[in-house]
Amino acid sequence: MGVLRNRRADPASAATGAPAKEARADALLHATRPHRTLWRDAFSRLIANRLALFGMLVIIAIVLMAIFAPLIAPYDYRDQHLGSTFQSPSSEWWLGTDNVGRDMFSRMIYGARVSMLVGLGAQLIILAIALPIGAVAGYAGGKVDNLLMRFVDVMYAFPQLLFVILIMAMLGRGLQNIFIAIGITGWVILARVVRAEFLSLREKDYVVSAHAAGAGPWRIVTKHILPNALTPIIVTITFGVPLAIFTEAALSFVGVGIAPPMPSWGGMVGDNQQYINSYWFLSLFPALAIALVMMSFTFFGDGLRDALDPRSGRR
Amino acid sequence: MSQFVLRRLFWLVPTLLAISLITFLVMHATPGSPLQPTAANANPLPPAAQENLMRQYGLHRPLHEQYVIFVWKAARLDFGTSYVYRTRQVTDILKSTFPVSLHLGAMAMAFAVFVGVPLGIMAAVRRNGFIDYVASFVAVLGVSFPNFVIAIFLIVTVVLLLPNVIGFHIIPRTGGWTGPVDWILPTIALGLQPLGILARYTRSAMIEVLNQDFIRTAQAKGLAHHRVVIGHALKNGLIPPLTIAGPMFAAIATGSFFVEAVFRVPGMGRFFVESMLSRDYPMIMAVILLYGVFLAVMNIFVDVLYGVVDPRIRLS
Repeated sequence: MGVLRNRRADPASAATGAPAKEARADALLHATRPHRTLWRDAFSRLIANRLALFGMLVIIAIVLMAIFAPLIAPYDYRDQHLGSTFQSPSSEWWLGTDNVGRDMFSRMIYGARVSMLVGLGAQLIILAIALPIGAVAGYAGGKVDNLLMRFVDVMYAFPQLLFVILIMAMLGRGLQNIFIAIGITGWVILARVVRAEFLSLREKDYVVSAHAAGAGPWRIVTKHILPNALTPIIVTITFGVPLAIFTEAALSFVGVGIAPPMPSWGGMVGDNQQYINSYWFLSLFPALAIALVMMSFTFFGDGLRDALDPRSGRR
Repeated sequence: MSQFVLRRLFWLVPTLLAISLITFLVMHATPGSPLQPTAANANPLPPAAQENLMRQYGLHRPLHEQYVIFVWKAARLDFGTSYVYRTRQVTDILKSTFPVSLHLGAMAMAFAVFVGVPLGIMAAVRRNGFIDYVASFVAVLGVSFPNFVIAIFLIVTVVLLLPNVIGFHIIPRTGGWTGPVDWILPTIALGLQPLGILARYTRSAMIEVLNQDFIRTAQAKGLAHHRVVIGHALKNGLIPPLTIAGPMFAAIATGSFFVEAVFRVPGMGRFFVESMLSRDYPMIMAVILLYGVFLAVMNIFVDVLYGVVDPRIRLS
């Protein structure tokens, strides 16, 4: 607006003619903002979202807590102080002690390890299973696709949590089995997303022309389709993290998750809820931790989705 | 319509067969045996007794024969005797406990629908107002807090801490399932998650509808605001929330276990884990199939309802 008005107010420069105009266009061309990649752009949008930023900071804090647990925790998570069981929170026991006198604060810190490991690690397994299956079904179509979709239908008809509990009950407790159980049941959602993306992207003009130029299927998938399908894949994985954390907490809560003495927040809630009438803080603190982590990942996921695809979510 | 329902019900058969086959394979492919006592430190059964038990349960037959026999009996709703409760039929146990779970589930669903949907509508009508913030707060709470976490919060705040503040008990006890006092907290704990999801879906669907041309036309005609919302926007805005009602019911059904465990509700939820840990094969099969049928029937019901509400959708 200002530029237009100035031009009109200054007939002299308009009269000087073409060279000035050219110089101006040149200046405008070079005055454009510095080049920013998609990722930088998305990152600045993510940072601008206060809830997402809050989620991200909490997640970073908890990841650091999990890594440096031995340095932060005042006691070992296995140490039983049988002289001081069921202590209320105090300056000596920050969050109290449980039925065999283990320090709740230390156990909470170590519990972060399980939650983070399961939340993030399970996504790698899911990605490793779902990406190839979804990609083949979406790119190849036809019989493979049909077969996959029938299988997905059956998996959807299965009450998922029930299936996870079944697998865990059959395989026995332990971190490794949790990864197996979540991997087996969790890949379905991501495979569907990948398939749908591949299905629509393979019809795009640039893919067709790459094909016409003689690119092989491997090149087309890795260079042309996959980079464009990244956003929904990343978003689905981000929302899968709290789901996996929830699954582990739920499994440990009912006693088929992490094997003791390794502390898990869900397990701590489950073990201590029998004492809730007298020592409510024992089950409340780990419950709060689960809630905080899941909430942070939900905020972060929402923000990430809006940042990567500004058209979605803004209503 | 009836053709659609019949075809969907027909498809239920292969789906249930697939579910039962997968469950059967998982049960038999993993190490462990139902013939050993599950109690810690219990003495193992002598081989002769194991042999007898195996014959009694029919486990001595080859696997494929066992499966065919199971399907043959299950088709007539005979799931056999529980391995744990040896004197009781599986169907009898479920008959006495399933109604309790269904009761809890129905109340939670009603709570979610009758609070969540109006909340979403009001949030959409008064965007960025107080109710909108309440609605998004509840939605975040419901979506990110597992129901057993909510259950713990409710017990600690309402039952244990609140009486100290206000001086009397609103809800004096937890545990049991004898009267409405026992129903309140489990219903809230189980219903809050679907409530949050419903409110979120309703809000965004209503906002989309309220921005459309026919709403502006209705307003231009001079209709009162509430009549525009109720008479014109609602019909279209409620379709998206309806589509998620099916999977949501599944979440309530399978989630009820945790709530039942925390509040000691005598529903069928406790047989989930108990039967699986003790390898009570007949019980596991019956429980998983019951939920499978429940889930499928709910989905069919929602699909039919979908066609009724939105005549543009042809059921096929």
